[in-house]
Amino acid sequence: MIEYLLSGEFYQIMLFYVYSAILIGAALAVVTMRNSIYSALFLILCFFSAAALWMLLEAEFLALTLVLVYVGAVMVLFLFVIMMLDIKVKAKSGMSNYTKVGLLVALIMAIEMILLLGKKLVGVLPQDDLVKHAQGHSNVSEVATSLYMKYSLPFELASVVLLVAIIAAVLLTLRRRDDYKIVNPESQVHVKAKDRMRVVKMDAERGNNIGGEE
Amino acid sequence: MFGWSELTPALPELIILATACAVLLLGLFSRSEKGGLLVLTSIIGVVFAAIATAKSHMGAHELVKQVLFNGNFVRDYMGDILKIAVYFIMLFVFIYSKQYLRNKNIFKGEFYALMLFGLLGIMIMISGYNYITLYIGLELVALSSYALVAFDRDNAQSNESAMKYFILGAIASGMLLYGMSMIYGATGTLQIDEISAAIGQSQNNLLVVFGLVFVLVGVSFKLGAAPFHMWVPDVYQGAPTATTLFISSAPKIAAFAFAIRILAQSLDGIIDQWQQIVAVIAILSIIIGNLFALQQDNIKRLFAYSTVSHIGFMLLGFLGGEDGYSASMFYIITYALMSVAGFGMIIVLSCKGFEAEKISDFKGLNQRNGWFAFMMLLIIASMAGFPPLVGFISKLVVLKAVVDQGYYVLAGIAVIFAVIGSFYYLKIIKTMYFDESDNDQEITAGFDVKSILSFNALLQLGLLLFIPSILSYGVKAIGSL
Repeated sequence: MIEYLLSGEFYQIMLFYVYSAILIGAALAVVTMRNSIYSALFLILCFFSAAALWMLLEAEFLALTLVLVYVGAVMVLFLFVIMMLDIKVKAKSGMSNYTKVGLLVALIMAIEMILLLGKKLVGVLPQDDLVKHAQGHSNVSEVATSLYMKYSLPFELASVVLLVAIIAAVLLTLRRRDDYKIVNPESQVHVKAKDRMRVVKMDAERGNNIGGEE
Repeated sequence: MFGWSELTPALPELIILATACAVLLLGLFSRSEKGGLLVLTSIIGVVFAAIATAKSHMGAHELVKQVLFNGNFVRDYMGDILKIAVYFIMLFVFIYSKQYLRNKNIFKGEFYALMLFGLLGIMIMISGYNYITLYIGLELVALSSYALVAFDRDNAQSNESAMKYFILGAIASGMLLYGMSMIYGATGTLQIDEISAAIGQSQNNLLVVFGLVFVLVGVSFKLGAAPFHMWVPDVYQGAPTATTLFISSAPKIAAFAFAIRILAQSLDGIIDQWQQIVAVIAILSIIIGNLFALQQDNIKRLFAYSTVSHIGFMLLGFLGGEDGYSASMFYIITYALMSVAGFGMIIVLSCKGFEAEKISDFKGLNQRNGWFAFMMLLIIASMAGFPPLVGFISKLVVLKAVVDQGYYVLAGIAVIFAVIGSFYYLKIIKTMYFDESDNDQEITAGFDVKSILSFNALLQLGLLLFIPSILSYGVKAIGSL
């Protein structure tokens, strides 16, 4: 017993449950926090715990990418946006009726699913041990083969989806304002001297009075 | 990577992608308010895609089912038939929406580019052979539709409905993905034929059934079937009519193909389980769609509820085995043709600063313009399923397939509610023919739009001549799966 508790296997399983618990708790916090900055911070914790889980599955490349891309880049951008938007934090007003009923429904649904599936699923779910790869196993090349060979068509199509997202975002937010004091280089280049300066011909003044009264 | 032999069967998709990009760029450079060039480019692109699709069926050689791109894409007879129907409908959509956008002064090249991207998504949904490809196609259609619904961005109603559509759509996508991941967990694969084989071999399919429920929620949402129909009326009413025209027609055909690929092709091993759920969804849709439509006075909302009931009829066909699938296929294609004509009619009757979206706007249409009143009569009567129009035949084949399988009660309920539903269709006809007109506005639509709309409405009669051959195409298409 003691030996098992000290073994690496037990340590790994324990880590799995700890990280999963943190992940679930953080995910709940993301949706329940009233201050959106806290939500964003908890989302970072979510991503980080998920990355740790992947690490346990020996998917180091995915784990590092998740940390680099999501924690490093996307979430920083999120935080910037939230801080720029100046969102007022609403005072706490207790649970609304919707929340109570919603929670009740969700709870009943969860219990129903567990009753229905719990016992039967035990035999169905794969019972494999934790993943163990041989030394020198490259999961970069594994990701690459499935992404660029097996799933190359969906990969290309995903780029079209992103293009549509860009078009939609620009279409819905870009506004040309008439009172915008923006410089238009084209009209600057094409401007002629006569558009800017008017030369007025005048006769020279006669009767030079300088020098006092007549 | 992909060889030439893999790219050639996917030529229609490539043409549509290229056209979409071309229209996007052309829209930036042509500052014309009318945009005739963009409409023309889109139409030419779709026509070329249609030629590329139809070319495989010309002459003597039969198209054999080809699975391409490492099992991500399939080119089969059913896909080609559905794609040709979609091209046909998109041509109508392009021409009607041009009229609408000019009337409202919101013409932008992006509208056509987004519709073409949506069309690409529809084609991917029809031809996807892997859950990931199917899902990406679905998202492509959905994302384009969200943007198109919000297109009239200064209109608060349009923004509100886009918001609803977006949030509910995201939840539905989440459900769908959750279900798909369950099925992946149980079978270890995402490819349609491999899932079917894995289900056949396994003893206990509980996990697959669990995933199936969530997948069905996602599919019903996309189809707009009750009880996941809440978004349909709001989005149909709030969206610019040109967008409603699009989302009510072509994507429904794609959703049908999506349902066939997932339910009939990959989950055929648990057909007993999903048939019960689909039966409930179908009957609920027919009941709710028809009852709620009775109360509407906004014609876009009325068409939305009638869509729900039509989708119910289409899903009813899923209970009828192979005959039922081909009946459903016939039903959804004819429905898309009716729906596009119905919304086209709203566009034609609208003019600058006025939108004919109330039933009362159709008052005395017969006095104002007898020809278009007759066209509307054909469309409405076909939707209601009055003989001898196409809508009647499509309901008949679905009911026949269902009765052949012994579902007498379901067929009975469907017929009763179709009869109840014909009341609101008759109400429109009565308004057009027996009420006094209170405005005498001329119909300002251009000649091209008018003639295309007349053609579209007359198809409700004209298709009757081809029904035996269309039905045999359908049977052949389902047989080739």
